Amino acid sequence: MTTESTQAGAGADPYKQHYEPGTHPDLPPPFATSGPLLWLRENLFSSPANIVMSLVSLFLLYKILPGVIDWAVLDAAFTGADRNECRAKASGACWAFISERLRLFTFGFYPVEERWRVWLAFVLLVVVVVAVLWEKCPFRKPLLWFGIVYPLVAGWLLVGGMGLTPVSTDKFGGIMLTLVIGVTGIAFSLPIGIVLALGRQSNLPIIKYSCVGFIEFIRGVPLITLLFVASTMLSYFLPPGTSFDLLLRVLIMVTLFSAAYMAEVIRGGLQAIPKGQIEAADAMGLKYWPSMRLIVLPQALKISIPGIVNTFIGLFKDTTLVIIIGLLDPLGIGRASLADTKWNGLTYEVYLFVALFFFVACFAMARYSLYLENKLHTGHKR
Amino acid sequence: MKAIKFAAAAVMSFAAVSAQAGTLDDVKARGELNCVVSTGLVGFAAPDADGKWAGFDVDFCRAVAAAVLGDADKVKFVPSTGKTRFTLLNSGEGDILFRNTTETMSRDADLKLSFLPVNYYDGQGFMVPKALGVASAKDLDGASICIQTGTTTELNLADFFRINNISYEPVPIETNEEAKTNYLAERCDVYTTDASGLAATRAAFEAPDDHVLLPEIISKEPLGGAVRHGDDQWADIGKWVVNALISAEEAGITMDNVAELGKAAGDNPTVNRMLGTEGDFGSMIGLDAQWAMRAIMAVGNYGEIFDRHIGPDTAIALQRGLNAQWKDGGILYSAPIR
Repeated sequence: MTTESTQAGAGADPYKQHYEPGTHPDLPPPFATSGPLLWLRENLFSSPANIVMSLVSLFLLYKILPGVIDWAVLDAAFTGADRNECRAKASGACWAFISERLRLFTFGFYPVEERWRVWLAFVLLVVVVVAVLWEKCPFRKPLLWFGIVYPLVAGWLLVGGMGLTPVSTDKFGGIMLTLVIGVTGIAFSLPIGIVLALGRQSNLPIIKYSCVGFIEFIRGVPLITLLFVASTMLSYFLPPGTSFDLLLRVLIMVTLFSAAYMAEVIRGGLQAIPKGQIEAADAMGLKYWPSMRLIVLPQALKISIPGIVNTFIGLFKDTTLVIIIGLLDPLGIGRASLADTKWNGLTYEVYLFVALFFFVACFAMARYSLYLENKLHTGHKR
Repeated sequence: MKAIKFAAAAVMSFAAVSAQAGTLDDVKARGELNCVVSTGLVGFAAPDADGKWAGFDVDFCRAVAAAVLGDADKVKFVPSTGKTRFTLLNSGEGDILFRNTTETMSRDADLKLSFLPVNYYDGQGFMVPKALGVASAKDLDGASICIQTGTTTELNLADFFRINNISYEPVPIETNEEAKTNYLAERCDVYTTDASGLAATRAAFEAPDDHVLLPEIISKEPLGGAVRHGDDQWADIGKWVVNALISAEEAGITMDNVAELGKAAGDNPTVNRMLGTEGDFGSMIGLDAQWAMRAIMAVGNYGEIFDRHIGPDTAIALQRGLNAQWKDGGILYSAPIR
């Protein structure tokens, strides 16, 4: 830039001025090299192909969004006692249905006067999960110890007995059922999966082949078949008169199923650890378990995080399959509710609501896994 | 599908063994009746906002529970899909099945079920927009028809049009929801499925009055409850509870007057026998004398159940039609309790 002019004065172009050394004021950056414009240029309009795609997407949004917003928000009825009242109020979505059924979606058929127990179990779950996932959590250590006994506490709260009114597990349903199955499956399939993965690499043939057999059998059978067997066939194999809780059967099947997948994910991580690491551990005199716990597993698990979370998310979504054995998860509750004559025909609202629930849960898991990967990455990342 | 069939066959072959035990004793010991119902069918079975099941089929479950256990709320509802219903019943997860199930020979004999008396006579019907100006299914020559694929309705439809020597153009669809969307978008002129299903679908339309159900019913779908083979006493209980509800309507016993009528023997021996003030009919099926009274007190007679869930005053607005008492021009004809 040439700075011919030496005249300073109000209103003069600051770029054309001459300043003494050290007196130059901070100037704004040139046009479109910062702020929203830069973001737009870099992310939406960086190449011809990008420009075309951005414009097409914008056009589609322009076409679709107004209709969706009209239907879902502006023209929607949020209160009403039945579908006809909704219709009288607005022509769009009838969210009154969801708000009336929210308790059913959350608790299923759990007795109304005992629902505080579900809330308490849920709050404790949140506390434990925060303590496990967030390492700066206050009182983390005692909370982690509590986390170990939490399954027993939650089981006692939900099922009852020992001072609480017993609630049979067929009253479980909705979001609560999904959480019970999902959290149990996630919490137990990881340790079982680790043991199976280590067992599969064991030098002892009996352990090795029983692990291989288990993993290959479970992976070779669809989950829906296992659930079907658990719900109907099992009564033929058990001695007559034994009643084996249906939910417990489902929990066991779901846990074993995801443990088999988990084992293979973790085996992938184990195989990525160079043999030298194990040999170094041997050289230091570490026995099998300490070398696994201190050297191999921390590295293997870190590599496996995306795969592990993938399995978790898959498991969480697979809980909708329990409808086949007559347990009603949020999707099942939604479908059953649609058969209420008062609300007959409100398909979109129900499916959107259920989709939103699963999306929020799965997206949160995916984001946490990203955070964990970033936190633990020690330079191997590509 | 083959795998499911195989599994079902395997289940059935065991069924005879497990069904030997006295279901009545099991239910009494458990204190709860396990009743297999639908996972949700408009008017027939659906949970309300508090999670309490209600519907036409559900009330029959409650009636059996009231007769056997003395409490219509002591029912555990086992929701089932069309595929799992018989397996759940035969494996012992359910004691009795009320799930808008058509009684057929293969189900009765091959799947080893004992069907209870028919509680709803259904049949395949047609729905058309009023604007089309059609009064009879025989006027549907050349019409495009939405039809669920792979069902008996598809075969019934082909038969009907061939017999009447008229032509149609099928629009294959998978689910009822899909059919509704296609029909309303006028991608087909006619929608055909079971008449009760048509009525329920139409009830959910923005303008139900713009559509009519044609008078022709082209197939027989006798819907009824069922129990496992091998426990005749239990089958008798189911059978006579359904018969009692139907007979109660015929004899004029209602939810409101049943307590009064059951206090002491009256002039009508039919009523006396049913309500246990004369004879000892309850003990013949292993129950006490007030079995039928409790069932009627809990859910009302057949007509009351019908009117409450699917009758003309409900959103589904089904007429009694075939399901009227035989005296009123229907074919509901219960065997007498005597």
